[in-house]
Amino acid sequence: MQDTLAHLKRGEKGIITDVSSIHIPLKLLEMGCLPGNLVQLLQLAPFQDPMYLNINGTHLAIRKETASHILIEKITHG
Amino acid sequence: MGKQINVALIGNPNTGKTSVFNALTGLNQKVGNYPGITVEKKEGICKLPRGVKAHIIDLPGTYSLNASSLDENVVIELLLNKNDKDFPDIAVVVSDVENLKRNLLLFTQIKDLEIPTLLVINMADRMSYKGISLDIDYLEKHLQTKIALISTRKNEGIDNLKNLIANFKDLPISPCLNASDIDKDYFDNLRKAFPNQLLYKLWLVITQDVNFGKTDRNEIDAVADFKTKSKGDLKRLQQRETIKRYQFINNALKKGQTIDVSQAKDLRTKLDRILTHKVWGYAIFFIILLTIFQAIYDWSSVPMDFIDNVFASLSEGIKNILPNGAFTNLLAEGIIPGLGGIIIFIPQIAFLFLFIAVLEESGYMSRVVFLMDRVMRRFGLSGKSVVPLISGTACAIPAIMATRNIESWKERLITILVTPFTTCSARLPVYLIIIELVIPKERFFGLGYQPLTLMLLYLIGFGSAVFSAYLLNKVLKIRSKTFFVVEMPNYKLPLFKNVIFTVIEKTKAFIFGAGKIILAISIVIWVLGSIGLNSNYSNAKEIVNRKINENGFSKIQAFSLQNKQERYKNSLIEDYDNITETQISDSINYKTPLFKKAVINDEIASLKLENSVLGYIGKVVEPAIRPLGYDWKIGIAIVSSFAAREVFIGTLSTIYSVGSEIEDDENKTIRAKMQSERHQSTNKAVFTFASGISLLLFYAFAMQCMSTLAIVKKETNSWKWPVLQLVIMTTFAYIVALIAFQLLK
Repeated sequence: MQDTLAHLKRGEKGIITDVSSIHIPLKLLEMGCLPGNLVQLLQLAPFQDPMYLNINGTHLAIRKETASHILIEKITHG
Repeated sequence: MGKQINVALIGNPNTGKTSVFNALTGLNQKVGNYPGITVEKKEGICKLPRGVKAHIIDLPGTYSLNASSLDENVVIELLLNKNDKDFPDIAVVVSDVENLKRNLLLFTQIKDLEIPTLLVINMADRMSYKGISLDIDYLEKHLQTKIALISTRKNEGIDNLKNLIANFKDLPISPCLNASDIDKDYFDNLRKAFPNQLLYKLWLVITQDVNFGKTDRNEIDAVADFKTKSKGDLKRLQQRETIKRYQFINNALKKGQTIDVSQAKDLRTKLDRILTHKVWGYAIFFIILLTIFQAIYDWSSVPMDFIDNVFASLSEGIKNILPNGAFTNLLAEGIIPGLGGIIIFIPQIAFLFLFIAVLEESGYMSRVVFLMDRVMRRFGLSGKSVVPLISGTACAIPAIMATRNIESWKERLITILVTPFTTCSARLPVYLIIIELVIPKERFFGLGYQPLTLMLLYLIGFGSAVFSAYLLNKVLKIRSKTFFVVEMPNYKLPLFKNVIFTVIEKTKAFIFGAGKIILAISIVIWVLGSIGLNSNYSNAKEIVNRKINENGFSKIQAFSLQNKQERYKNSLIEDYDNITETQISDSINYKTPLFKKAVINDEIASLKLENSVLGYIGKVVEPAIRPLGYDWKIGIAIVSSFAAREVFIGTLSTIYSVGSEIEDDENKTIRAKMQSERHQSTNKAVFTFASGISLLLFYAFAMQCMSTLAIVKKETNSWKWPVLQLVIMTTFAYIVALIAFQLLK
């Protein structure tokens, strides 16, 4: 099974491979959440949700539910 | 020469667009609404070189031209309508140097509209600190525009910006990329069908649900009918378009921008670690709130006392200067006390707006949203509901408008419904004066009981908002998608100028908005209090004099006299250190005839008031509110404050002014008047701990604001929700106040 953004642990990075277009608001795409872009999990709010991310240089927070519709490939080294 | 051009400022949220607006226009700005909707319209005038005047509009922040809210619709509507009187001669896209990539998305879209477009890169002062360098020439060529590198913080580059705006005719208007090749066939067909129209404009008309109010309807309808693709297909195309634009931007920035990551010192990471920490984050948030309320109290007490006294002397002065008559009375007893009752709260309201502006400007508010989302979701709210709930402490109206960025309709509706529970600034006057009257001044571990009570009231407001949200979440059967995207901007030291402008603008709006209602109601109350219903009103003087001549002072009157004497005695002891007993009793004896006259006059005035139209109204509602511990005067105040809560104090001060003709020194301020107010039948103080708490709770829960009801109607597009709000909240308020008074009395 492929990793989604929801699987990232704090500090981990990944490359976005696909986004499920029905579940993702266009606004998120406009903010840079697109295939090919780098994403890093910066912080988790208390209770592990929402997630505070750096996507393509933009800092934003989304809920885990939304994150689970964004497929990524983890970057294991650093 | 002397020509005026239209300039539209457009940009993502958090790019310092408003700072640019402030830097260009200074105080030459005004805030209004777009016709028919409640979106704020900010416009101002700026003098440019060579005698050109610029009319600048600060458009609502938006991430793209794909509108998802009313605010964003405004942007599209203006940019698509060439006939609008505000249609820009030049579009100035404001971006911030650290988020250039994302900001450029909107820029490329606006370029496609073939309007002269200027790119402003703000926060240039942070470039070296963040290790960013830009190749401006390259970017200008690639993006087909001119670039103004500025820093509103350091006030750099503003003159250059003005120059570039003045020379808007030199700006290229060609698009910087061709987005139509994402689906060649589709766009070729579209072009053939409407050869005279701009392709991108057509595309926007097809994809947006914007209500193009002023543009040519027929034309739009024709385009909108050209739907050869399903909604899903269109959405996929929009995605392809976005990706295409990002590809273009990435290419441009690859050469035009270099970022040396090693130079970036990360304050953000460190601050985030503390401010969004699972323990410290909440603790800091709580401490910040506590500090704000203590400060509102401590910092505004001096200016408030000052204003209180100024208005009291003003009333008195006018009575002395102007000839006796109806107009003088209306001025001195109706209008001035009514207005004074609201102006006195300027210091506190201004401080509250100040703190909210600082929290927003610094970027801290987004962290609160992040921190609270999970908790709020449990109650059917969103993390974004925190912002309306906090700005609801200023006023529920902008707060309800601020719910527009909540993506899920259900979460948004619940937020709208519960926001009026939060303690708005209109409740503040009522709270403050009653707290002052019934809560002791002592301190408890350095914190005063009075500010603590205030904080408790804010917590009650917040708590009942959250609790009712929980109930609504269970009751409402609405299914809607829940999206939650919140940008986490960089931490910034708030710009003094921006904060001050916000405070002035918001306070002004509050004072003038409320002022109008209060003025009107003060006059109505005064008039109603001055119309007699029966012969008791016109013969009040004779009736009272006759009674006193026959029977002497009644028990209550004697008590009131004794009270006046005692207060005078206390003031003597306070003022003179070495005063002897005989000196005291001599002074009292000397003053006693005056006191007697005052008691008699009070008696006449209150007999008049009782027999006036106003008194009659009060008597009608009295049975309903007596169990809550209020008398008929409070009843009138409550009835009139259904229009707006702050009217309560204005009305009471008008009533008490009407009710006492002679104003001796100790009796002139509203507070003193309320303190000495007694039940006519029992001679017990009206404002006791029990009735005070009951009033506080009544105002905490009751839905007493017509403007809020109107805005809820507007935002929910139905009368159902505001009516429900009114009935449920006010019934609940009545029950709680009843229980409180019956338990405490």
